[in-house]
Amino acid sequence: MDIVTKPKLSRRILDYTLLTVLALIVLAPFLIGLWTSFLPTMQIAQGNFLSTKVSFQNYIDAFTQTPIIRYLGNSLVISTATMIAQLIFCSMSAYAFVFLKFKGRKLLFTLFLATMMLPFEAEIIPNFQTVKAMGLLNTYSVMVIPFLTSAFGVFMLRQSFMQMPIELKEAADIEGLGHFQFYWKMVLPYNRIPLMTLGAYSFLGAWNQYLWPMLTTFSNDFRPVQNGLRQLQSEETFNDWGMIQATAAIVVIPTLIVLFIGQHYFKSGVNEGAVK
Amino acid sequence: MLKSPTQSRPRTPLSVQKTKSKIEEQEAKFTLNAKDKYFAWAFLGPSLLILGVFIFYPMVRTLYLSLFLTNTVGKTTVFVGLSNYISLLTSADYLSSLGVTLFYVFAVTIITISLGLVLANLASKRLPGIGLFRTLFSATMGVSVSVAAIFWLFIFNPSTGFLSLISTFLHLPQIPWLTDPTAAMWAVIITTVWMNLGFTFLILLGAMTSVPTTLYEAANIEGASSRFQFFHITIPSISPTLFFVSIITLIESFKSFGLIDLMTKGGPTNATNMLVYRIYKDAFYSGNFAQASAESIILTVIIALFTLLQFKVLEKRVNY
Amino acid sequence: MSITLRNVRKDYDAQTEVLKDISVKVETGEFFVIVGPSGCGKSTLLRMIAGLTPITAGEVSIDNTVVNDLPPKARKLTMVFQNYALFPFMNVWDNVAFGLKARKMDQADIKQRVDEALKMVNLTELAKRKPRELSGGQRQRVALARAVASDAKICLMDEPLSNLDAQLRIKMRQEIYALQRKLGLTLIYVTHDQVEAMTMADHIMVLNDQHVQQIGTPSEIYQNPANEFVAKFFGTPQINILNATRSKTDNHVLDVDSDLEIALDEEVPAENVKIGIRPDDMKVEATESVEANATIKNTGFLGDETIIYATLNSGEDIHVVVPGQVNYRIFQPIKVTADSNLMFFDKDGKRMNLSKEAYVHA
Repeated sequence: MDIVTKPKLSRRILDYTLLTVLALIVLAPFLIGLWTSFLPTMQIAQGNFLSTKVSFQNYIDAFTQTPIIRYLGNSLVISTATMIAQLIFCSMSAYAFVFLKFKGRKLLFTLFLATMMLPFEAEIIPNFQTVKAMGLLNTYSVMVIPFLTSAFGVFMLRQSFMQMPIELKEAADIEGLGHFQFYWKMVLPYNRIPLMTLGAYSFLGAWNQYLWPMLTTFSNDFRPVQNGLRQLQSEETFNDWGMIQATAAIVVIPTLIVLFIGQHYFKSGVNEGAVK
Repeated sequence: MLKSPTQSRPRTPLSVQKTKSKIEEQEAKFTLNAKDKYFAWAFLGPSLLILGVFIFYPMVRTLYLSLFLTNTVGKTTVFVGLSNYISLLTSADYLSSLGVTLFYVFAVTIITISLGLVLANLASKRLPGIGLFRTLFSATMGVSVSVAAIFWLFIFNPSTGFLSLISTFLHLPQIPWLTDPTAAMWAVIITTVWMNLGFTFLILLGAMTSVPTTLYEAANIEGASSRFQFFHITIPSISPTLFFVSIITLIESFKSFGLIDLMTKGGPTNATNMLVYRIYKDAFYSGNFAQASAESIILTVIIALFTLLQFKVLEKRVNY
Repeated sequence: MSITLRNVRKDYDAQTEVLKDISVKVETGEFFVIVGPSGCGKSTLLRMIAGLTPITAGEVSIDNTVVNDLPPKARKLTMVFQNYALFPFMNVWDNVAFGLKARKMDQADIKQRVDEALKMVNLTELAKRKPRELSGGQRQRVALARAVASDAKICLMDEPLSNLDAQLRIKMRQEIYALQRKLGLTLIYVTHDQVEAMTMADHIMVLNDQHVQQIGTPSEIYQNPANEFVAKFFGTPQINILNATRSKTDNHVLDVDSDLEIALDEEVPAENVKIGIRPDDMKVEATESVEANATIKNTGFLGDETIIYATLNSGEDIHVVVPGQVNYRIFQPIKVTADSNLMFFDKDGKRMNLSKEAYVHA
């Protein structure tokens, strides 16, 4: 027995050492950022990295001297609105592709799939002109309307709707449930998990938007947090590293918490939507 | 009268059976309701409208713009055919952007996937407390582009940054991370890899943990080394996922914009002036909408090709 | 409520015909089983009766009213599915109430019906459970309770027991039968299991190869199969089908091979025929003499009887069921005989000596 366990023990120690070292490397940027967010900028500028003058001053400054709360609020509004809209519109489209029979269904679905090949980044010029003509510049709407639906979301939900047993639809037909009732009372509750996954994705996608809000917002009233942080860097606060790090920490900590809670859904979503 | 409950039933040839039940299945999703058509338009309408206005129309419009010369507000002036494309593809400046982008894309993809594999392989072991490490390794998924940029800008900062402090401490030569063209490119690559790592890790881990353990047990009985097992069991088993994350990483890297804007603004001396950043600069700084449109179309073609490749491979996998 | 199908046909497209010219009348309160191998179109037929799948041609009537164009809801029937079609996010009670709520029945009425239905299938204690917390048999009961709770008098069942293990299947068979009789349901039951068909049905419809092969009571179908397919489909172990010729010297004698001949009361209807003999209509005796006409291949002891697998001298394999336990060694020579209780089929498998009165229609 000893002969078997001994090499195993050394193997384990090796494994844990490797895991710990790698975890430290991966987390280093967080740890460095978090640590410096508690240091006075003067100490950072002098390279006095191991200073003990730790305080929450940078956080107080960030909250009082920068519109970081406003940025976060803006992002929250935009991301929530985008998420809700995508849940509704993507699930409706997916329903049509799975449960409705109509001419051109295949063609339309191919068209939806095709949009996944067209990068939004390559369409910013006409889109900018469009939203400008609509008078939407510098509003919340401009950051929500183009993303009310997503081909990826439709595709992913279609995959999971197709896995519903046909008999559920037949049972509903026998009882005379209409399409809307079946969609609302059966399909949506049945697919809670993929819907949550899509919700997480669309929320995070909106939260991480960068190029489009940069083009279409000019004031702190509507600027989402990604562009807000850029704004702070480009202003005179640029060299106030302590405060900058504090703002970054303020932004990243809630996302990390949400992520760890919702981790399961991200994983299943990627596997459902794409690999299957 | 009846002997036992075991059933004996003649079978129709398997192939015939298969095709029939498949048709049966497809048909069965539908009911008699002839009103489906109207429902379909109601259910699809909103999505179609949005995709039409913000995806299809702009693609056509971009293509159209790319065939003209435009004035500074984006109005077309003279039809020039393909000459925007020709001048782009013969300009050393644009070709260097393309080269820079390709270097960046492939470096990011190769490094991300390799590191992701290392982390996932280590974290797929069944050790007590492994869940904690899995969570830590996936942490960078929660980092948005501007936060990543701030963290790493501080690390790369030439005077007060973390790396410069380390170099001073260890008496190593200072690397001018964001002012030297080569170093700046690597700075952007490192930051991108770091941002991607959490997601890639998580997906690869998911694939690795679903490889049947019996395969490894069989290999252990044969006495295969863990290295051998990794290359001959793990990698082949997760190859579809591996392909999928590689292509996703590739496509996303082609579309990189935020980090470049935040870290280098395309510099120094255009060393990180990648395709999307260029489109943005040419259109919204220089007002050269026609040229930016042509660049957009080239980018679209590149991305569409990789996406098609992805669909093709996935389709194959679905069928078998 | 009776159901009548008149020349019903189903095509998916011009090339693929799924069902051809089906006509049948199912009487009120009848337990009617549609049986056939998988892919024979039996589930499609059931869905056409339900109105879930459109029919290509012909007429479906319920109580003499043509319902071809009525949606499923208006046909006033219930359906029990193979996978039970339970909604995983609803508890047992809500699953049973689902149809009644969809039909906007009065609240108090719903409560009474659901409670009664659950009581009838012994699920009252599990009313608050979710389907995933139930065993296979319990899920099956929920699906039955749904049908029981409805006031519809027609119930369609699509292979309702095929997801259950053998023990449970026998138990549920009895429960379904009892419920059908108690509620006076007109029940159309689809299965691929001949035992289910035989033990439960008032009438059986045998489907194969897009066609109705035979319709009749279980004993008619077993004793008087219309063709080789039906003969082989029913009965375990399967009927022996052997090639035989009419004896040159006597029209009442059949030669299976040179060493096995069977004397008959009737005349052999053709020079070359296929005959079907049920395994328990053959006899076997051990012999060392020249009379031996077969050798033992294997035997299988089933408890109250034994199956003997043997090879005739001509090389054809047969199996024989004998009561009790018998001991033969492999390759032991035996003498096989058959009594005259056999069926004739022509080269296309069509029955030749079918008694007219037994055969409803095909």
